[in-house]
Amino acid sequence: MKYAYYPGCSLRGTGRAYEESLLAVFQALEIDLQELEDWNCCGATTYMSVDELTSYALAARNLALAERDHMNVVAPCAACYLVLNKTQRYMHDYPDIKLVVSRALAAIGLHYDDHVQVRHPLDILLHEVGLKAIAAKVKTPLKGLQVAPYYGCQIVRPYATFDDQRNPTSMDRLLEACGAKIVHYPLKTRCCGGSQKGTLPEIGLELIRHLLTEAQNNGADVIATVCPLCQFNLECFQKEAGNHNHPISMPVLYFTQLMALALGASGEAIGLQRSLIPIEPLLARKEIAYA
Amino acid sequence: MELKRTVKFEADRDPEFARWISHTVGGERIRHCLQCGLCSGSCPLSLYMDYTPRRLMHLSREGFKEEVLSSSSIWLCTACYACMVECPKKINITHLMYALKQRAIEERFYPKRFPIPVMAQQFSRMVRGSGRITESWLIVRVFLRTAIWRLLGMSGLGLRLFRAGRMTLKPEKIERRAEIISMLDSVAATRKELAL
Amino acid sequence: MPEIPSSAIESSRERPRIGVYVCHCGTNIAGIVDVRAIVEFAAKLPGVVVSRDYKYMCSDPGQALIQQDIAEHHLNRVIVASCSPLLHEATFRRVLSRAGLNAFLLQMVNIREHVSWVHLNQREATEKTKDLVRAAVRRVSLHKPLQKRRVSINPHVLVVGGGIAGIHAALTLAEAGKQVYLVEREPTIGGHMAKFDKTFPTLDCAACILTPKMTAVGSHPRIHLWTYSEVVRVEGYVGNYKVKVRRKPRYVIEDLCLGCQECVTACVYKEAKNPDEFNLGLSKRKPVYLPFPQAVPQKVVIDPQTCIQFKSGKCKKTCVEACGDRKAIDFTQKETIEDIEVGTIILATGFKTFDPVRNPYYGYGRYANVYTSLEVERLINASGPTAGEIVLRDGGQPKAVGIIHCVGSRDANTNRWCSKVCCMYSLKLAHLIKERTGAEVYNFYIDMRTPGKGYEEFYDRLLDEGVHFVRGRVAEVSDWATHPSEKGRLVIRVEDTLAAFVRRIPVDMVVLSVGMEPQPDAQDVRRLFNISCSTEGWFLERHPKLAPVSTFTEGVYIAGACQGPKDIPDSVAQAGAAAAEAMALIDAQFVELEPYTAFISEDQCSGCKTCIPLCPYQAISYMEEKKKAAINEVLCKGCGTCVAGCPSGSIQQNFFEDEEIFEEIEGVLAYA
Repeated sequence: MKYAYYPGCSLRGTGRAYEESLLAVFQALEIDLQELEDWNCCGATTYMSVDELTSYALAARNLALAERDHMNVVAPCAACYLVLNKTQRYMHDYPDIKLVVSRALAAIGLHYDDHVQVRHPLDILLHEVGLKAIAAKVKTPLKGLQVAPYYGCQIVRPYATFDDQRNPTSMDRLLEACGAKIVHYPLKTRCCGGSQKGTLPEIGLELIRHLLTEAQNNGADVIATVCPLCQFNLECFQKEAGNHNHPISMPVLYFTQLMALALGASGEAIGLQRSLIPIEPLLARKEIAYA
Repeated sequence: MELKRTVKFEADRDPEFARWISHTVGGERIRHCLQCGLCSGSCPLSLYMDYTPRRLMHLSREGFKEEVLSSSSIWLCTACYACMVECPKKINITHLMYALKQRAIEERFYPKRFPIPVMAQQFSRMVRGSGRITESWLIVRVFLRTAIWRLLGMSGLGLRLFRAGRMTLKPEKIERRAEIISMLDSVAATRKELAL
Repeated sequence: MPEIPSSAIESSRERPRIGVYVCHCGTNIAGIVDVRAIVEFAAKLPGVVVSRDYKYMCSDPGQALIQQDIAEHHLNRVIVASCSPLLHEATFRRVLSRAGLNAFLLQMVNIREHVSWVHLNQREATEKTKDLVRAAVRRVSLHKPLQKRRVSINPHVLVVGGGIAGIHAALTLAEAGKQVYLVEREPTIGGHMAKFDKTFPTLDCAACILTPKMTAVGSHPRIHLWTYSEVVRVEGYVGNYKVKVRRKPRYVIEDLCLGCQECVTACVYKEAKNPDEFNLGLSKRKPVYLPFPQAVPQKVVIDPQTCIQFKSGKCKKTCVEACGDRKAIDFTQKETIEDIEVGTIILATGFKTFDPVRNPYYGYGRYANVYTSLEVERLINASGPTAGEIVLRDGGQPKAVGIIHCVGSRDANTNRWCSKVCCMYSLKLAHLIKERTGAEVYNFYIDMRTPGKGYEEFYDRLLDEGVHFVRGRVAEVSDWATHPSEKGRLVIRVEDTLAAFVRRIPVDMVVLSVGMEPQPDAQDVRRLFNISCSTEGWFLERHPKLAPVSTFTEGVYIAGACQGPKDIPDSVAQAGAAAAEAMALIDAQFVELEPYTAFISEDQCSGCKTCIPLCPYQAISYMEEKKKAAINEVLCKGCGTCVAGCPSGSIQQNFFEDEEIFEEIEGVLAYA
């Protein structure tokens, strides 16, 4: 198995630990990743608001590069995953979009024939590797660790077929295979507000507060995420989200960080030190002796 | 108390707008809307909206352009797709919200220094120039144009992220930046040619 | 009448051996009545041999329990204390019959509807139950074996009303070999459906599906079609009704008229001048006319109100000339009364549309271009006054049309009910208007109600066609312009409750989707046929769920919109059901009637004749030779009027003999 790895811009910035831990997990499970050659920004949700046609063309360049290299794409960032999938779908459904995009690709000597699958690490880990194989490679079970699995919106909605859109469980099962305990978390697919913490701060904060307090109330030690923006939102504004009577301090990790720990990676290698809310004391308290 | 005329005449409607919305990509099914309100109920942001998504669907298909484009709701939408997944009439509500945002930006239906359109514009400019986004610079550029004081308020967080290696001032760039320009030019040319 | 076996009479004369059975009805009874206390109480009552309780007495094991006790304990009387006898008296009577006892040696005590459902206090409920059980025990001891009466069924059927429901019922019965009299008040059958252009949701042409059925009625050898006729009198009882039908003169001999309409062409009026009823006055007809091209029967009719010959007697009678040797026109025709005998009757008298003059704020009658939906049906109809073109009164084409739902429906000021069909026909009209004129069409609705096969899908189609759906009850239609774009048009003022603001919408044509109402003479008709009406005036079915086409009068059935608002498929389904109910009676050949008839003790009767005029069923006659009154058991309905009226107390009624009733009353009052 060899995939074109499409990091997306955030995994080179605020989401660096996602990249580090993802690579560690895939290495431990012997899945080959090769970074997509000269990939560009997918346009994310923001570009759609200005000019959707251009946004499809930008995303399609990445698809065309993967097709040129005969590889399927792994896109860990929720927005990238959605946009790339959406582009495929809209090119398929709307001849006008296909025409515009095809011409734009032709202008740079590329073309796209809809031969690339865009997949999320959750999908590959669950369906290509499998829970048994993963469990067999666990070196440090995450015993006693209570995890709130937070999927956010754009991984499962609206296009994912690898999991249930209303009650996804792929991350739950993967982390359980690593020995963690999954807590009830009804907000697992509720929106974190995306970039709204930056643009409409009060509203963004309100959404973040709901997600954090619900995890806290349900006894979670840590929130696991699958998206760099969700991780950023949930981790960086806890002081504002809490108050004097109800302070919030809840580590927020990428699910790949938790998996990598279980599979024997060192904390440093998977960017634990990049967290603003350290998880090390919690792991020590739970006597999870990672490498 | 400010009193305004609220009755609407048929002359207040813009039938072209209603036609446009039902022909925009993803808007094909707007006319099927039953006004059940499931979208508004499932929307995590509807708590703050002046017009709920349900009401926007009705106002749009009836052609009340002013009301729709000056609504705060279209900016509150985070594209979380909750409404779209649940919609019993399979209306592509999220995409309609994108279309309304684009139209509102085109027709300048937003307050001065309103950060969302500014961010969208800065985002697209950065992609055109570098092919990728450098988050730190995007944030700086947006706040410089909307709310400089908040930049100061966020400097603490910025510093911590910088120390953790999660923010860099080195811009991310792709190798063949010219390709991005060529594609953008091609899209613009085709759009003009086909009048899309 | 079958004889009661002498053994049964013997057993009833023996000392009473009574079994008492108390039902829990789950928790319905046992939840409030102390069932065990009742059983113990009953066991001590005189004559009671067995006393038991059971969770569900009506269940198979419950019935078996009683049957077994009758055999083992030689019971000759049974009391079941459970629900209303309306529900299970027949069940338990069958138990007695199976066990070889006469079914009328049963007495039921209703301790559910009369006790447990209406009392909250357990002690009081239990005490009341004891009183009722004691009364039943005392009464049942006096019960005598009785036998049900059998009445034969006349196989002929009368169907009243020639709309789609009456047509379908008549055809169904006639196809099954029954003789049918179909009586229609108008000169043609077809009813409302004949006026429609298309039917929802399939947009089938109404005439294409209706006229084959109409001609089938007209030509069926077993259907006697009497149009322009009305039922004036109904006597008798189930299986044996005597009916008088008045046939109004159409001044044309039906058997001779060919429907060639040469008389119409020849009429001295060159131009039609009189409002055409079939087109709701939107076109004109002559005094001699055929109601519409596909009318059945294809016979012209002469309207004496407008015909010169009737008005002045001085007409050239060109119509008679044109008819020539056929001699079908007969100005001297008189109304006739036909007497028929039928066993069953189906009423399919239909509905009337709401008159929107009652809602003056919609401007009907004041503004020329405010129409009722039925008028628009005629405008759209290819054989209508405009040959299917949708035009305004001045001949212009509407650019915008407003369809106002719920006119005369869901309104405490007029009619409170939902007329059920208006949403769907409004959608149909919206579709047809948009298709034929390209106009902007607005639907103003309160709720869209589309519960039917393919109905919601049709609504969805209309949504996609770009018809405007504005949710809100229109407040006003006026020609008051407050904006330049409104000048010279009809302005609809409404709150768009979906947008949450008031809108003013100028249109060129307003369609009022009028609701359905009972026929104005529904009360007369119900009295004529001795059935009931709901408070709204719709004919009342025997049970809204389980007997929807039966009435409280045996042998009289209802079908179609006379029972309540209904669309075509529902009317046809009901008509089929009513026909099947009638056939079930006919094919059984007889009905069994309760034996609760009155009888006279001849030796006590003084022959005063007081009872004779009291009887509502003419069941009592006077025997001259004996100078005594006599009751015809077949005609007696057991109403008890003569029993109460007899000065000498010589009339008694089976199952309600004085002794039995007094014993029951004393039983209730005899506190233990």
